[in-house]
Amino acid sequence: MASSVALFVPCYVDQFFPHVAIAALTVLERLGIQVDVPEGAACCGQPAANAGFAREGHSTIARFVDVYAPYERIIVLSGSCAVHVKQHAGEVAAHGGHADTAGAGVAERTTEFCSYLHDELGVDWIAGLGATYDGRVAVHIGCHALRGLGLAKPSELQVRPFDKVRALLGAVRGLEIVDLARPDECCGFGGTFAVAEPAVSTKMGRDRLRDVATHGAQALVSTDMSCVMHLDGLARRERMGLPMYHVAEVLAGTAGAR
Amino acid sequence: MTQRSFELPVVGASGRVDHPAAAAAFNADVARTEWHDASLWFVREKRDRAASTVPGWEELRARASAIKEHALTHLDEYLVQFEANATRNGMQVHWARDADEHNRIVHGILSAQGASRLVKSKSMLTEECGLNPYLEARGIEVVDTDLGERIVQLRGEGPSHIVMPAIHLRKEEVGDTFHDHLGTPAGLAEPNALAAAAREHLRQRFLAADCTLTGINFAIAETGGFVVCTNEGNADLGMALAPIHIASVGIEKIIPRVEDLGVFLRLLARSATGQAVTAYSTHVHGPREGQALHVVLVDNGRTRQLAREEFWRSLKCIRCGACMNTCPIYRRSGGHSYGSTVPGPIGSVLTPGLDLDRYATLPFASTLCGSCTAVCPVMIDLDTQLFRWRQRVVENGHVSLAKRASIDGATRVLDRPRLFRLLGAVARIGLRILPAPLARRAAGVWGRTREAPVPPPQSFRAWYRRHRGGAA
Repeated sequence: MASSVALFVPCYVDQFFPHVAIAALTVLERLGIQVDVPEGAACCGQPAANAGFAREGHSTIARFVDVYAPYERIIVLSGSCAVHVKQHAGEVAAHGGHADTAGAGVAERTTEFCSYLHDELGVDWIAGLGATYDGRVAVHIGCHALRGLGLAKPSELQVRPFDKVRALLGAVRGLEIVDLARPDECCGFGGTFAVAEPAVSTKMGRDRLRDVATHGAQALVSTDMSCVMHLDGLARRERMGLPMYHVAEVLAGTAGAR
Repeated sequence: MTQRSFELPVVGASGRVDHPAAAAAFNADVARTEWHDASLWFVREKRDRAASTVPGWEELRARASAIKEHALTHLDEYLVQFEANATRNGMQVHWARDADEHNRIVHGILSAQGASRLVKSKSMLTEECGLNPYLEARGIEVVDTDLGERIVQLRGEGPSHIVMPAIHLRKEEVGDTFHDHLGTPAGLAEPNALAAAAREHLRQRFLAADCTLTGINFAIAETGGFVVCTNEGNADLGMALAPIHIASVGIEKIIPRVEDLGVFLRLLARSATGQAVTAYSTHVHGPREGQALHVVLVDNGRTRQLAREEFWRSLKCIRCGACMNTCPIYRRSGGHSYGSTVPGPIGSVLTPGLDLDRYATLPFASTLCGSCTAVCPVMIDLDTQLFRWRQRVVENGHVSLAKRASIDGATRVLDRPRLFRLLGAVARIGLRILPAPLARRAAGVWGRTREAPVPPPQSFRAWYRRHRGGAA
């Protein structure tokens, strides 16, 4: 029988970054959370919707609602997918034998990995993991995680500063975070933007990497593997030698292990 | 004629604006792209510092948004109220349904008085209406007196930014333009010297003008007056000297009360350039003695946008340009790449409403990062509106069959977890065994500048089944 907490591993993480999902699962289990990773939904429907095909992507998010409706908490391993589910699952009408409000309920109960750890378990609990990482890192919070989920104070807003990702990483012994000139500049991935506007996308990524490199970071830690897929692809093409990790890998102690 | 420093292939063979192609051409000059990006980021940071000095900045934004939403949902009442009060103040109020009617009204005022020399201060509305070529074709000399506007006018270009029209040009390029048109020494590129030359040149035009045209930042329904915000004093000089003053304004620029001004004036310059306030905030409540003062209220598609449930909030815009300065795409593609009078995020939600097919690429010139929405002083949900326009673009068929086929194909795969796993395995294995150059080609546009992800031997799902015995 399903436990009350489910982890959603986005399609590209499942296929290209299984070690990140394993790290996230490991962290949750070590923290005493019993987690299910149910089968049946490979994607949240965001790629199609952001490309203008929300109607075509509707069946995908409907399937997501179907699979995750039984769970009390749905932890998404991507800020971008989490925002999509939170904003659009409510548009899903009755489906697969669930109540009409299933979509809205799923939207409400969906959260993202770092948000869940910070808001619902708390930094003290995270410190109990005893994670260590020896080195200086730059932090890249995906734009949707930043502005859509409120993982940190966006640089535009004039509100009290906060940063949940830094708070989590603060529980990692030996890890030092370097400040960037542009703390929350977009990396230029943007889903289909990366191939629809390759020139600007590439320039944005290269500028982001230069900011990271010139501030002496030895690695990049991110909330979103989609940003990393783009940034890492650029960095490897230019032989930068800049390793990149998801926050989950750092907390699981597997960053640098590959 | 000055050679333009660079030409962007903005409009493709189809007659549609091709933002990706224009942006790629802009990026071909890496140094220019980096300098353009840095110049605008400098303004964005100045805006951050200015905003941080105002206690309750976020509350101010919310108040401004609420005032605008109220005004826009009561536009019928406020416009009529403005007309009545402005008329009482001695202004002549005209109504223009579209650009053509606006231009005919302006030309009619000029020709009735035998005026032939017009000086203009900054007005994006008249750019939108194509007023300059309309009047020039009828024998009127039109001189843009805002320095940046004058520079691009001399070059035969349009503005690339709504607040800093010549932000795409280096001072050396301005020097060349002034050498060609104003006779400054060849190679002169010192900004103060160039500004002095422009001032000398413009002063003669101001003195000779028989009509001035200004924009309006805020038209106040309650008083029938209006406010013009500039930094150069050019609008004021024009208004003080010319016997005829025409003020053109989009109907969305109405605010209900004079006390609302305090909200907007605190936000406008800080958001636009990081100044506390524009150098001149000129309140006009009637004509000077002996002067004729005309106000032209222009619709030109605004009521259509107002009727669109998904997009009407874009009309809250006060034209500060903050969304352009913060937009990582605008900064790296330049204003001309949008092929639209108003570029950047706000342009990409306003302009598709005029001609969706022509401007179909603009809603996609964004990563939906949301910085524009967070910086906007009137809290326009720009990223949400960009997302919505993308849906309308696709629904209306303004998208290639190839793209539609690839999305349909992807959706079919993503909806079938077993097929997804199978194809994922094929792709992962393919990427592992193909020689690097072939793998790059397989990765297509992605692979031109980026490596593909290193494919792992197994997916997470396969690992999970093995190690957690996942219920299949």
